[in-house]
Amino acid sequence: MNQTLGILARFANPAELIEAAKKVRDAGYEKFDCHSPFPIHGMDDAMGLKRSPLGYIVGGLTVTGATFGMAFQYWIAAVEYPLVIAGKPFFSWQAFFIVTFALFVLFGAFGALFGMLGLNRLPRLHHPLFYSDQFARVTDDAFFVSIERDDAKFDESKTQEFLASIGGADIELVVGE
Amino acid sequence: MSILKKHPERDPGTAEAVGGEELLVTGGHTFKTLTDKVSGIVEQKPPAQWWLIFVMAVSGMLLLVGVIGWLAWEGTGIWGLNNPVGWGWAIVNFVFWVGIGHAGTLISAILFLLRQQWRTAINRFAEAMTIFAVITALVFPGIHVGRIWLAYYMFPIPNQMLIWPNFRSPLLWDIFAVGTYFTVSTLFWYVGLIPDLATLRDRATNVRKKVLGFFALGWRGGNRQWQHYEKAYLMLAGLATPLVLSVHSVVATDFATSLVPGWHTTIFPPYFVAGAVFSGFGMVMTLALIARKIYGLEDIITVNHLEKMNKIILVTGSMVGYAYMTEFFIAWYSQNEFEVFAFVNRAFGPYAWAYWIMFLCNVITPQIFWFKKLRRSIPVMFVASIFVNIGMWFERFVITVTSLSRDYLPSSWDYFSPSIWDILTFVGSFGLFFTFFLLFLRFLPMVALSEVKGVLPEADPHFYHQKEGDTK
Repeated sequence: MNQTLGILARFANPAELIEAAKKVRDAGYEKFDCHSPFPIHGMDDAMGLKRSPLGYIVGGLTVTGATFGMAFQYWIAAVEYPLVIAGKPFFSWQAFFIVTFALFVLFGAFGALFGMLGLNRLPRLHHPLFYSDQFARVTDDAFFVSIERDDAKFDESKTQEFLASIGGADIELVVGE
Repeated sequence: MSILKKHPERDPGTAEAVGGEELLVTGGHTFKTLTDKVSGIVEQKPPAQWWLIFVMAVSGMLLLVGVIGWLAWEGTGIWGLNNPVGWGWAIVNFVFWVGIGHAGTLISAILFLLRQQWRTAINRFAEAMTIFAVITALVFPGIHVGRIWLAYYMFPIPNQMLIWPNFRSPLLWDIFAVGTYFTVSTLFWYVGLIPDLATLRDRATNVRKKVLGFFALGWRGGNRQWQHYEKAYLMLAGLATPLVLSVHSVVATDFATSLVPGWHTTIFPPYFVAGAVFSGFGMVMTLALIARKIYGLEDIITVNHLEKMNKIILVTGSMVGYAYMTEFFIAWYSQNEFEVFAFVNRAFGPYAWAYWIMFLCNVITPQIFWFKKLRRSIPVMFVASIFVNIGMWFERFVITVTSLSRDYLPSSWDYFSPSIWDILTFVGSFGLFFTFFLLFLRFLPMVALSEVKGVLPEADPHFYHQKEGDTK
């Protein structure tokens, strides 16, 4: 059954989008987003977003990778398959730093990709916004504000009027199943 | 007072940069025309030149497959290796291709951290070049083991012999360093591609839309997404920066930890990294000039960008030249007769011809870029970039072969000449590289659209305040 899932409004340029973001935030909306073809400097503050926690995810994984790397080499060289090579100790940790570093970076990089996807709830191949025809322009040259139906302050007519009052054009009810 | 109501959508081509900086994109492009230009390349049928080069590249790749088949059948005896020179073109080619990759990561990661916005014009295909160069490079350690079906011995995996590799060996470090490098470069490249794949998705229909939509992962360009995305990009750049410096350093330790005169020097890691960036920029330049011409991207990859790349070529080429001279100085200063001999032999021995080709191409050629006129001349820089590619291949040849062919015992000296199979393998490796690269040009956006849009003056919210005469 078709129903209203949110409201979409278009703004002319990055400066207007930032102004709109501040006003939507100040009006008390929480489940809204500002869409643009490229990241806009200053938008995080305008929307009142907290810092991305991605750094902690990546940091944690780099340490995990490095620990695993050194422990793995220790286990192989000193426990499972001890072999005297060039008179060096079994656990020649100095020589093991290269592989440890490689795994530090490798784990961190996977953390950055999958952490980013996880925080963004991606991959998500369908989303109510894709019901809108004009929304395809967001990856080209258009700037949108979307407000979700689930927002506490959401009201079909009042929210539409509000978006129009702050300069939104082509205001559209996003309707879908 | 709000600027919202009064301000019109601007006329295309009238933009001036905020704060009087030079424009990174010329030709009066707007967001829309940039999208059309870059997406259009992969949405239309490829130009005739593309097909011509593609047929040549695929032929080269098939040649490589055939030569590897013969190698697997007959063994490494088909190469020109002899008793002192046990490392020949396989290693030379491996180091050559890995080195080329380094420019891509330097552009995508290091220049990103240094806030060099001009990188946006070239980073996408430089990164693609990195990935394909590393794939090509990885063929060589895979096949130089001779018995290709035993290549898995290189990895630390449980096996029926209950043995494990030696982690004190630089050759094993190489597996991890280059393997990680390949993986991280690919992740970085893919993260950069996600918004541009969404752009292509939103322009496509039917099956094409579904396929692109799958790989775009449902990107919606919301700032809640951009926020984490930019952080991820920064993290990846931060991780890739030390990684790229470490990779060629590790490759250098393959040589430096051995006791062969001419290899056993501490200068090797930084010298190899400088050489790698140098050779990579040579290759980026060659590819950029061709692609720019064929696809008409002169507005996006401007002469200003090319000039900046030439400056990097000049700097890194001079660093390489400095390293060549330092090697001689240290050989003399050490008073180690084997070390002195190794270097005199390099410059004046049986491989003097290769040494001086290397020296001319790598040290002398880039010096022309001291002159602004030459730095901005397309034909000059194209020829210079080819010289850099040639010179850097010879550098690896000189390092590998001259040291091995004459070591401590004169009775064991021998001269190395490549066989026809060495040459065909090398030619074939170009086929493999260009096949990948041309498929990339055909199917993926070769310019990082969302990043280039982000450096247009009108992407900056302050642009509009300035236009209103608002000093806010």
